Formats: sequence, C-alpha cells, structure tokens
Amino acid sequence: MSGPGTTWYLVLAAFLFGIGALGVLIRRNPLIVLLSLELMLNGGNLALIAFSRHFADGAGQIFGLAVMAVAASEVCVGLGLVVAINRKKLPLDVDRLSELRG
Amino acid sequence: MSVVLAASAGNVVVWMVWLVAGFSCLASGIAVISFRNPFFSALALIGNLASLAVMYLLLSAEFVAAAQVLVYAGAVVVMFLFVIAYVGPRQEEAWKDGPRLQTLGAVLAAGALLVEVIVAVSLAAGNDLGHDSTVGPVFGSPSYIGRLFLVDHLLAFEITSVVLLIAAVGGVILGSHVKREVP
Repeated sequence: MSGPGTTWYLVLAAFLFGIGALGVLIRRNPLIVLLSLELMLNGGNLALIAFSRHFADGAGQIFGLAVMAVAASEVCVGLGLVVAINRKKLPLDVDRLSELRG
Repeated sequence: MSVVLAASAGNVVVWMVWLVAGFSCLASGIAVISFRNPFFSALALIGNLASLAVMYLLLSAEFVAAAQVLVYAGAVVVMFLFVIAYVGPRQEEAWKDGPRLQTLGAVLAAGALLVEVIVAVSLAAGNDLGHDSTVGPVFGSPSYIGRLFLVDHLLAFEITSVVLLIAAVGGVILGSHVKREVP
C-alpha cells in the first residue's frame, strides 16, 4: 500500500474511539450521547476496515457493514426513547433521569 | 526513473489526502462532543462520516464507503435532525454543584479507555503490522462484497436483517402514542 500504513489508521481509530468515549461520559444530553456512541462505533469500524485491507480478507468489511446495521438499529431505539422521554415532559438530561437507580 | 518519480508523487498525494481526512475526522469528532447545541453536533457528525468515507476509499473499501455515506449521512443523521427539531433546541444546563469531580473522572476514564485500546491492539497485532498484503482491483467492490455476504456470510446477513426489523418495531413501539389501560 502506498501512503500511510495500517498503524496510522489504527491510531486514528483509537483516538476516534477515545473522543467518542469522552463524549459519552461527559455530556448529559441523551442526543449528544447517542452521537458520541456513533463516533465510538465509527472508530471500531475504521479499525475493522484497516485490518481487512491489511490481511486482504473481506470478512472485516462484512463485519463493518454489520456494525453499520447495528448502529442504525441503536439510533432507531435510542431516538424512540428520546421521543418517549420528551412526550412525558421529562428533562432531557441523563443525570436527572434516575428513576431506574436502585 | 520516471516510474519511481510517479510512484513517489502518488505516495505524496495519498499522504496529503490521508492527513486532510484524518485531521478533519478528529476535528469534527471533537466538534461533535463539544457543541452545546445538538443540532450543530449532528451537522459535525456529517463531516466526520464524510472524512471516514475518504479513509475507507483509501483502504480500497469502495462499497463500505458508499454504504457509509448512504446509511449514515443519508438516513441516520437525517433521523437525528428530525428528532432534534421535534424535541426543540435545548441547551445543556451548566453544572451546578460538585461537577468538577465528575468531569475529571470522566476525562480520566476516557483516557484510560484510550490507553487500554492502544495497548490491547498493539499487543494483539503489533507483530503483524509490518507488511501489508497486496489486493487486486476487485477487493472491496460491490460484487466482491455481495458474493461474500450471500455465500460465505449468509447467516450474518440474515441475522442483520432480523436485528434491523426488531429495532424498527421497538422504535415504533417506543415512539407510539398508545395509552395503555392499567387493569
């Protein structure tokens, strides 16, 4: 492969995953938490595609497409939850939505 | 001589594209988690997805890049924007009391997670990363992916469709406006 090697892609994927994890932990708006989750999934996806190219094995790309489908499902359910929360006039704040705390 | 020059010029172009895409990937990622308004965060995610699609093209995964743009920028982000418009613009309130400890813990936990990922990947794959395999022009094309999906990974394909169906039904149930009678 001309240009950057697989290590560069993996470092970028790790940093993308770290940024997403930071967003999940630090933000309290459930919409932005979901967006940060997308960042984490995309970091994992980039690593999968980079390894797929590295070993010339298409299974990594298949796994990446499956991850995309899972991400779409997760957004579907998560946004349904946000709509339900909004309909009940509850605050959109994951720190104050603490009814399930034991 | 001219072949070597052309090859190195191609290298430089690939490197420049990679650097631009990587920089915009990280910058838009940071923008996603730092905007106060979720609307701008969703718009920043589009930039992130586009730069990742460029990365996938550099990794000769053309079909995945196209699917990324179609599925994410075309469907997921649009759905996000719909819900953000439905919920209305709400800014996050500032932290009230004792927030600094929680923020510090979150930053430390994210940093630890990043270090863990880097260490785990380099321990598991560090020895194999020296040389790349060479791939033909077919690698990553739609026909290649389609054959893999429908011949080698048919079960994963079917399970993916079931997962999507269940998620769609769950989303409809969560978002529907049915008043349930409590007996």
